[in-house]
Amino acid sequence: MRAKYVMSEVFLGLWRNISMTIAMIITMAVSLSMLGAGLMLYNQVDVIEEFYQTNLEVVVYLERNIDQPTTDQIEAALKASDLVANYQYEDKEKALERFQETFKESPDLVKAVEADVLPSAFRVKMNDIADAPKLIKEFEGMTGVYQVTNQREILQQVFDILGGAQRLTLIVALVQGVAALMLVANTIQVAAYSRRREVAIMKLVGAPNWFVQAPFVLEAVFAAVIGSIFAFGTLIAAKFLVIDGQFADLFKLMPPITMQAILVLLPILVGVSAVISAITAWITLRFNIKV
Amino acid sequence: MGHLTIRASPVRMKSRRNPCAAVTYGAESAEYATLVLEPPDRPCASAARLRLVIQLEGVTKHYPRSNRPSVEDVNVFIDKGEFVFFIGPTGAGKSTMIKLLLREEVPDKGKITVGDTDVTRLRRWKVPAYRRSIGCVFQDFRLLPNRTAAENVAFALEVIGKPRSVARRVVPEVLELVGLGGKEHRYPHELSGGEQQRVAVARAFVNRPLLLLADEPTGNLDPDTSIEIMRLLDRISRTGTTILMVTHDSNIVNQMRRRVIEIENGQIVRDQARGVYG
Repeated sequence: MRAKYVMSEVFLGLWRNISMTIAMIITMAVSLSMLGAGLMLYNQVDVIEEFYQTNLEVVVYLERNIDQPTTDQIEAALKASDLVANYQYEDKEKALERFQETFKESPDLVKAVEADVLPSAFRVKMNDIADAPKLIKEFEGMTGVYQVTNQREILQQVFDILGGAQRLTLIVALVQGVAALMLVANTIQVAAYSRRREVAIMKLVGAPNWFVQAPFVLEAVFAAVIGSIFAFGTLIAAKFLVIDGQFADLFKLMPPITMQAILVLLPILVGVSAVISAITAWITLRFNIKV
Repeated sequence: MGHLTIRASPVRMKSRRNPCAAVTYGAESAEYATLVLEPPDRPCASAARLRLVIQLEGVTKHYPRSNRPSVEDVNVFIDKGEFVFFIGPTGAGKSTMIKLLLREEVPDKGKITVGDTDVTRLRRWKVPAYRRSIGCVFQDFRLLPNRTAAENVAFALEVIGKPRSVARRVVPEVLELVGLGGKEHRYPHELSGGEQQRVAVARAFVNRPLLLLADEPTGNLDPDTSIEIMRLLDRISRTGTTILMVTHDSNIVNQMRRRVIEIENGQIVRDQARGVYG
């Protein structure tokens, strides 16, 4: 019975102040989408690192006009090095195959390149990819070696971009979050003012404090839950429209963002927003309606 | 109607530290008729001795940063079922006394006991439970405009968690008691001022409080209506409810001839058993 009263007061309060309610929900949704995106990126960096840790290679590109003895010499050096787990020789034909595979969606480019222009190479798996610089120092400048590249360095750039994006989303989330909480405080104040008669009477006849405060706190929690559901919807839409849609090629470089990774965010977003909004509402009430 | 006798009343100038003195008064008052039909049905003196409802001992409250009226070393003892007028000029500290009794304020010094509760040492979270033992009536009625008379009274029960079945049983009873039988479903704006105040009294009384605080309950009413409200309050007081009424209405005080406590500059200057407005 009392629950019914509280709920009707919650919805009446939200409805009476509908423009503020909508503003509150929108800012919360934006803040929470950004928070969600930030968390997803954070997770993604880990996933990528793990994914590549076992696949990363150091590639020793050979001079284009290298002769067989020099190649053998380099191979012997690789075999002797205890940094190397194993290696694979890739001649011009194989290099072309790989090139065609990588760029199969750009047929013009594939047509323009012939096996002759591509260097043959040793693709080296390291015991520990962290030792790559040592190996590079050893082989760079060796006769017949054109260039030694560390795939980790290329990946580092991806990480840097992801890290930057993550920082940006978290900053936006924080700023929007502060705005959302200020709106919560404001909404509570307006609601407390419009219900001041009821509140005064409730306090006078000795209604328990939690009961006086419940409708206000629940208003904030309700807005938070709606906001996080919108944020969750935004993240799912982003997965289908951006990650799997327009920018699908870009995201092929990294392991896919799974649906599961997004689903996990729902309880996190709802929980975080509900708890923080409730605390904000409660603190606002302490200053507004002293019991 | 009752016989209106006016007799010289014993004047007690200083505060009533001695509970026995209060008892004497309680027993005596039966002899004096008031506005009401029959003499009040007072408990016997020996029982009343154990039934102090309000004890204020050396209560002091200052507001150093505002000019709200302060209260200085107030000592008051009030028995169960007593009807007490608080009079005094505006700003004398009457409302501060009400706030202290409601525990909206805490005194700087002294001790307040209401019933068995030491109000000065009451924990914050216990305040709501304490307030359930007090009913309140105000000059401006303080009804909820979007609720009917019955709903206004039921609201006081609902919000303290009484089941609806209790409200269904008790609300019509108490509305009947205050003389609003048949008007349960009217909204406040469909009721006269006197009727609205009756609803407020019903709401204050519905929990059968130990103590009823009335802050100028007749301040917005015409003389005839005021007298009707006073009859109602008197009837309630005779159920054993202690009533403390702040008023500026000299007619009422003079006609009722009840205990009068006069406050000036935060101090009690008169505490008289069957006092007049003076």
